[in-house]
Amino acid sequence: MWPQLVISGIAIGSLYGLVALGFQMTFAVSKTMNFSQGASVMLGAVLCYVLNITWGWPLIVAVGLAAIACVGFGLLVERLAVRPFAKAGSNAWLLTTIAVGIVVENLAMLTFGKEVRAYPSVLAEVPLRIWGIGIYPLELVIPVAGLAIALLVRLIFTRSLLGKALQAVSEDHETAQLMGIAVESMIAFSYGASTLLAGLAGMLIAPITNVAATMGTLLGLKAFATAIIGGLDNPWGVMVAGILYGLVEAIAVGLLGGSYREIVGFAVVIVALALKPGGIFGRQQVNKV
Amino acid sequence: MMAKQIRRRDVLRGTAGFGAAMLLSKLAGCAPAETDSATADPTPQANSAANGEPIKIGLVAALTGSSALSGEAITRGLTVAIDEVNRNGGVLGGRPLELVSRDDESTPAKGVAAARELIEQEQVAVVFGGLDSPVSLAMLPVIHELQTPYMGVWAAATGITRNDFDPNYAFRVSANDNIVDRFLMKHIKETYSDISKVGLLLINNPWGESNQIGFEEWAPEYDLNIVGIEKFNDAETDISPQLSRLKDAGAEALLLVANAAPAAQAIKSLARLNWDVPVVSHWGVSGGRFPELAGQAAADKVVFVQTYSFYGEQGKKGKQVLADLKETFNLSGPSEILAPVGTANAYDALHLTALALETAASTEGPKLREAFLNLPTYEGLIKTYEQPFTPDNHDALNENDYVLVQWKENEIVPVES
Repeated sequence: MWPQLVISGIAIGSLYGLVALGFQMTFAVSKTMNFSQGASVMLGAVLCYVLNITWGWPLIVAVGLAAIACVGFGLLVERLAVRPFAKAGSNAWLLTTIAVGIVVENLAMLTFGKEVRAYPSVLAEVPLRIWGIGIYPLELVIPVAGLAIALLVRLIFTRSLLGKALQAVSEDHETAQLMGIAVESMIAFSYGASTLLAGLAGMLIAPITNVAATMGTLLGLKAFATAIIGGLDNPWGVMVAGILYGLVEAIAVGLLGGSYREIVGFAVVIVALALKPGGIFGRQQVNKV
Repeated sequence: MMAKQIRRRDVLRGTAGFGAAMLLSKLAGCAPAETDSATADPTPQANSAANGEPIKIGLVAALTGSSALSGEAITRGLTVAIDEVNRNGGVLGGRPLELVSRDDESTPAKGVAAARELIEQEQVAVVFGGLDSPVSLAMLPVIHELQTPYMGVWAAATGITRNDFDPNYAFRVSANDNIVDRFLMKHIKETYSDISKVGLLLINNPWGESNQIGFEEWAPEYDLNIVGIEKFNDAETDISPQLSRLKDAGAEALLLVANAAPAAQAIKSLARLNWDVPVVSHWGVSGGRFPELAGQAAADKVVFVQTYSFYGEQGKKGKQVLADLKETFNLSGPSEILAPVGTANAYDALHLTALALETAASTEGPKLREAFLNLPTYEGLIKTYEQPFTPDNHDALNENDYVLVQWKENEIVPVES
């Protein structure tokens, strides 16, 4: 039973990690977060389903269009729900991004419906058997894709000119602006990229979680917890924390039963934060005077 | 970076933005309800033989949302039965019946408000209930306060009819969890005589709980040993940890209680474990998309309970109802009946209600309640009802009236024994 639990925990955990990367990304650049991240996950999956399954367009076109729509959504969120408030030094973006998420979820219920639908995929039909463990091929793809994306994010941040600019913005907006960096564009970029990640995560997980207007809510919450545990300044840490969180949940179910999944999971979040407030893999936030 | 001072204007702007967004989302959530409750009267008055003052029959059910099909199925059963009653001269000397529907959106609070509105404003004689047990349970206090009979045609929670109200105004022509649990365990014992250990796989909500109590009550009667009780949540994607525990505990058959989407995840997880075990289920899996969500082959193996099947040899009543359904709703055959349970239960329940109105010779709640307990024999669709309700039993159907069914290519068909 235990090998099965470990594998299933890793697969689910990497879903959390993938969505959490989006939280990490905007926070690293602008110290703000998009709490409609769960809605972005749903948006990616629902749009892809409608284009690909309902309208019968080729998968590659559907994924491309859904991805573009997710980027557009991120830019809109930043422009309308974050920038006006962050600029004024207000924390109201906390509420406005949550509100945007609720609006989008309800719009999806209205147009797409509340019904849960299956997303057929050859990667999630017949489980592979490895040493007696059953696992869908897609569940092997998700952790690999998640780690690859985390690596890519890390590389972009540390090695590219764009990354240097993003980092400069995250260090100090005013100085970055003086150095000729378009601060507002950089922040907008980080939002577009974060909702893109969430949207891709949604499309990737849809064959396993099924597609529904409410599919992103709990996932978004767990991803946020994961991002906090992982440390908001470290994409690797976020991804690893996601996998650990998935493992903790699976082990909790294995030891205590299904009713304890969320209880143990979120209790561990509290303990982890009490012991390491900056996240397990994060640097301690130091307020310089 | 220096934090700028937060100005009052910004705070106000932020609050206003949030408020507006919440308002929008609320509006979005409400919109379908309004359009749906507007189409409340599907009874064609023109071709009814009865032409006195109509007697209103209320329905509070999920007409939108993920359970919308259930509301539609109930509406169909009621409509066909009402048409039939009206064609034959109505009740109480020529008064036609008229259906007034309200959408509860599967939300208890909405159901309670709707029940009160139907009784106080529309003055319905009886309130019919929908699929959601929590909604029906929540409606009980209003029903009893306003002394108007409730007729359940789907929701199966034991406590709906076996409640603490005296006198009890809740009646039901549907399954009752406790009786279903007995029926399912009896099936396991009779079909697999060598099985003695069963595992319970229950949705983590009051419905799962209600059935856990029932299974625990009936297990000794059928020499079954419950070796494990596992719960799972609606959005869980991998139930293999719970299944592993049941497998390790030695379960030889599984009793499943969950709606279609989570039940499908449980069935998919069985494939992960490569565990070929008999699954006997409550009727949650009858929900429309179960085969799509679980995979056709796996879905077909699950055996579950219904109160009626329109497949196979039909009696006289079955043929007639099927013909009426086809004509009224343009159906090609039994495969297009959305949810046979809701339609069949609603059909019989409406006729029993019409008989109660005649027996009471009144539309007053207390007199109707008395009449339900003294009904004449009625030859219905599901069975012939001989004194269906007694002071001790407000459930017209019992384990002898249930049928065991399974999915077969998107159709629900009786299990061949």
